[in-house]
Amino acid sequence: MIQAIIAYITSTQIWNSVFRHGVPRDRRTRVMAIMSNVFLHLHPVAIRKSGIRLSFTWCMGGLTFFLFLAEAISGVLLMFYYRPVPEYAYSDIVGLRAHVTLGLLREIHRWGAHAMIISIWLHMMRVFLSGSYKPPREFNWGVGVILLVLTMLLSFTGYLLPWDQLAIWAITVGSNMGKATPFLGMQGPLSDLPQLPGGVALVTVRSDAAYLLLAGTSVGENALMRFYVLHCIALPVVTAILIAIHFWRIRKDGGISGPM
Amino acid sequence: MIDSLIMLASGAPGKPLFSSPAIDSFKDVVNFWSQPQYSLPLFTILFVLMLVFYRKWSRPIPAGLILVGFSAIYFGSMAIDSNYSLILTKADNVPITIMLFGVGICLWTAFREAATNDKAIEEGKPIPYSDRDDKVLVWPDLVYIELICLVLASAALLFWSVGLPAPLEAPANPAGPPNPSKAPWYFLGLQEMLVYFDPWMAGVILPGMIVSGLIAMPYIDTNPKGNGYYTFKERPFAITTWLFGFIILWVVLIVFGTFLRGPNWNFFGPYEYWDALIQVPLTNINLSDYFWLYLFKSELPTNPFVREGIGIVLSGAWVLAFLTVPWWPLMVDNIPGIGKVSGFARKLFGQMGTIRFLILAFHLAIMAMMPLKMVLRWLFTLKYFIYLPEFNMNL
Repeated sequence: MIQAIIAYITSTQIWNSVFRHGVPRDRRTRVMAIMSNVFLHLHPVAIRKSGIRLSFTWCMGGLTFFLFLAEAISGVLLMFYYRPVPEYAYSDIVGLRAHVTLGLLREIHRWGAHAMIISIWLHMMRVFLSGSYKPPREFNWGVGVILLVLTMLLSFTGYLLPWDQLAIWAITVGSNMGKATPFLGMQGPLSDLPQLPGGVALVTVRSDAAYLLLAGTSVGENALMRFYVLHCIALPVVTAILIAIHFWRIRKDGGISGPM
Repeated sequence: MIDSLIMLASGAPGKPLFSSPAIDSFKDVVNFWSQPQYSLPLFTILFVLMLVFYRKWSRPIPAGLILVGFSAIYFGSMAIDSNYSLILTKADNVPITIMLFGVGICLWTAFREAATNDKAIEEGKPIPYSDRDDKVLVWPDLVYIELICLVLASAALLFWSVGLPAPLEAPANPAGPPNPSKAPWYFLGLQEMLVYFDPWMAGVILPGMIVSGLIAMPYIDTNPKGNGYYTFKERPFAITTWLFGFIILWVVLIVFGTFLRGPNWNFFGPYEYWDALIQVPLTNINLSDYFWLYLFKSELPTNPFVREGIGIVLSGAWVLAFLTVPWWPLMVDNIPGIGKVSGFARKLFGQMGTIRFLILAFHLAIMAMMPLKMVLRWLFTLKYFIYLPEFNMNL
């Protein structure tokens, strides 16, 4: 009975328009399963045995990508409930737990972010210790380093959004570093060197690197809006593009590394 | 100050599960030895032992014993000290515990494979899995692993989210900084460096050079061996340098910054109460003060470059020393595993060429400046090599 229903469903035009091959049971259909699926065809159809062992990869690169997706989904859902202005930001966060059914979104988003930081460090450690950054993968290692920086920036910009004491003072500590940038930060070395003719200072407290980041001299409402836009749009888009390059280059550089 | 009074009034932290005079003296010993000037050298010694004896400890039984012993002390300490459990169970500190165990377990599997591979290399046998044609189909062998990992990771994330509420403190108050004010935990290695360096170094130059060094690494590392498999024997220099940076100068400093730095960024042992009223005298002295006031018993010269000349010359010499190792006339003999330093550097220089070598040497010079300044601070209470407040440039 059930088999008859399955046989009928898999014989319909709709089914066959979606799945171009039978159940992946033999070599041909298994290859087809990978090749005819836009997501799965990130993979090669066959892979070296050395590369699929958990003791080799720790699955950390994949976990980082999984966490990126989890962050993107939970982040979009959080945007429904959150307004990035000081009047509402904190109460919206409180409301997330108090009023939203299954109010776990922020927990998932926050712990996912911390987990992603950890998994990307461990992924980097794996790639380093297994020598997988060596030729021909030098460029992809560089892309990975930039992705590491972006991940930490994503987490850093998100840290401000709850608008509680933890948030603004952590960001204050972090963005104070901007004030110390050589040449470009008000309190940094040699910041009085960039001058217009006539001795007009270019780097002032309202035009230095920290001001660019915060849109103000301290962490205020402009900084909240700026971090929100960076966190929800600018950084994720750049990260997604670099992830695409990272994955594509894995394939182009010969797939997962392994002993020669 | 008000915060600490409230804490005192509320009686927090509470009483530990176990207490006895023996436990108290154990706590005192740990608190004393965990001061940076003792514990960082201690961690460095452990780090070196880890690399030297990687074949021994990476076997399952010693590794398991280390894991159990470390866990027992790490988690068991919660039962004997409430200050410790307060810090350890702070919501945003939970990821640090996960990170520590993650790093430990991953290091273990890496060195275990390295031991196996190195043994095969020594015996002239092929490394396991080195047959390039030994392939499996991605469906089912990889996609199922990915599916299982996805399910387990989702479950773990949900479990974590249900069990631990995300931290939310009082609403932002721009007029009331908490004491201590801390950056997110993953930046705390850099914030800890603020103890030793000014913000332009700790917050801008050092992280910038971490990124530039990491990106440059595959182009600097011309060693063709160890490509695609774990090994220690074939690339001891690269692994030692990199892991020293990651484990000691990043992970350990994060633990310091999060667990052991309390109000006013004062150091507190793991079993100490974070008392905001403790005052630590500022006794650090600039190199130029040592030079002019103490050595020459004269006044400080008015020209800042003359005043700081000694610091500028010594700092420049430090960097120059790294850049010129291959031409050192002095031979440092027989460092185990390396041999003569200048001989080793000459070999590297020959392999790498001028530009690669100079980039490597410059990054190493700045990286080594971190432990150098720490040690000088601990030994001589040195504040700055170069003190040029005229240009906001203190090193």
